[in-house]
Amino acid sequence: MARIADYLSEDHGHCDDLFVAAENAVSTADWALAQSAFTHFKNATLCHLAREEVVLFPAFESTSGMVAGPTQVMRMEHTEMRDTLAAMEESLLQHDSKAFLGLSETLLMLMRQHNIKEEQILYRMCDQMLAGDADNLVERMAAVTPGAAAQA
Amino acid sequence: MQPVTGLSYEQGPPLGVPLGFFQSATLFLLLAALAGLLASLWPDSLTSRWSPAVLAITHLLTLGFLGLVMVGAMLQMLPVLLGVTVKVRPFWAQAARHGLSAGTLLLALGLGLGDRILLIGAATMLGLSLLSLLPGFTRALFFSRARTSLTWPYRKAWLALWVTFILGLSLALGLAGLWPLADPIGLTHLHLIWGLAGWVLLLIIASAYQVIPMLQLTPPYPARVSRSLTWLLFTGLLLDSLGASTMGAVILAMTALIFSLSTLWIQHRRRRKVVDETMSFWRLGMVSLALCALLLPVTGQLTESLVDPAQTSLGILFLIGFASSVVMGMLYKILPFLAWFHLRTQTGAPSSQIPNMKQFIPDRQQRQHFWLHLLSVVLLLPMPFLPGPFALLGWAFLTLSAFQLLRHIDAVKRSFLAHGGRL
Repeated sequence: MARIADYLSEDHGHCDDLFVAAENAVSTADWALAQSAFTHFKNATLCHLAREEVVLFPAFESTSGMVAGPTQVMRMEHTEMRDTLAAMEESLLQHDSKAFLGLSETLLMLMRQHNIKEEQILYRMCDQMLAGDADNLVERMAAVTPGAAAQA
Repeated sequence: MQPVTGLSYEQGPPLGVPLGFFQSATLFLLLAALAGLLASLWPDSLTSRWSPAVLAITHLLTLGFLGLVMVGAMLQMLPVLLGVTVKVRPFWAQAARHGLSAGTLLLALGLGLGDRILLIGAATMLGLSLLSLLPGFTRALFFSRARTSLTWPYRKAWLALWVTFILGLSLALGLAGLWPLADPIGLTHLHLIWGLAGWVLLLIIASAYQVIPMLQLTPPYPARVSRSLTWLLFTGLLLDSLGASTMGAVILAMTALIFSLSTLWIQHRRRRKVVDETMSFWRLGMVSLALCALLLPVTGQLTESLVDPAQTSLGILFLIGFASSVVMGMLYKILPFLAWFHLRTQTGAPSSQIPNMKQFIPDRQQRQHFWLHLLSVVLLLPMPFLPGPFALLGWAFLTLSAFQLLRHIDAVKRSFLAHGGRL
């Protein structure tokens, strides 16, 4: 069973799709489209981060007893992502495609190496450790919506 | 409070470790190109794969450039790709880098000058340096509980490195007169295929499975390819080593062809439309590898006098066209990202106040470098048949290619330090 890994990996794929749409729009200087595509991407990403930080990580930490372990590293990388998203938004407002594309390249590396660590290691550990509670956890994560995450 | 360093603070080494490996490696590329320039003054010295100059240059490229980059990159990437930490203290990692560098220099000089003392010194130095990395890598690759789809491919590549080394050791010490070499040509063939197909190609294939979809946003490799290819390659190596050399060579060529074509195919289907200069390096690498695979069987059909120069050309295509290009494409992704990440976590400065990846190494500079490198490959290919002005120009462009890479790595380092980073 890889209930948690499947659900969150699919969410990663969804965020990647939105990332590509935003970046492609910026590279063609279609600023109206870029703005809406970026907003979609940002909201979906923040929502994904909230799903992990509010639901999954606390469950993992309380079951494994590892508070300073992999989840701490993942939270730190989430902070880097939020910060880079903010800088991207700023460059978008200024219609500065060069700055945006430099930052998006950086965010892409950050996200992808982060996602691999989660998909290959952390989610698998979660599926093993939290197998009995997986359905409930996925349900609770699905209940975290982009709107709620943006307000959090 | 625990300092926040590394890709994730329990896992990656400080930036100084991979950066040092990459810098030393690139110095060897420069040295190989300069040695080529020098040897071009005696055109006949570069027409045979058995000539002292070609043997020396080959080892500057394989051990010096490719070897050092690959060890440095593995120290950095295994925590991400396999979820294992290679426990080698920064001091020992740097010692291994200097030992490998010194050993490679001694080996190139020993092969170039035919000096037995230099060869014995090289074997000792390289052996001690590799041994210092053995416990850390073996524990991480074979005794860690973490398992991913890449665990076995990396294990095979690591094993192939040791087979290559042991074969190389017996050759070097044989040449130095420490023991008789019964079949030096057969042993050299084994050393070469385990090094090029086992270590270099297998490691690049294993890394590409993750790195290409991850960094270029392509679809994943077809499951049938990623599940079976490194086993197919390993089977080819074993068959070749056990005497079924035709069958082995066919399997190795097939593996290389399948890998290069599937990489070009998934890159063609990538969703990301923005300019990515590292793709050009990868494409050059894959086209070169596909050509190697297609030309390998042809070399067997040539008249005897053409076999040696044709094999030398294939070596150039594999080492400079394929492996070096791929390594350059990979470095242009990894290095600026590591510099950015270490800077962010060390200084805590917001992303808007530190250089982003493309400010560390702008696209334009990568593009210039790509063209220089492409020209070097095209001009060097006919060298074994037409030594002379072409070869001289080819080595000159390779010198520029190496110099560009060195300059870009140095620019990353200076910018990192200028923004308050600590190596």
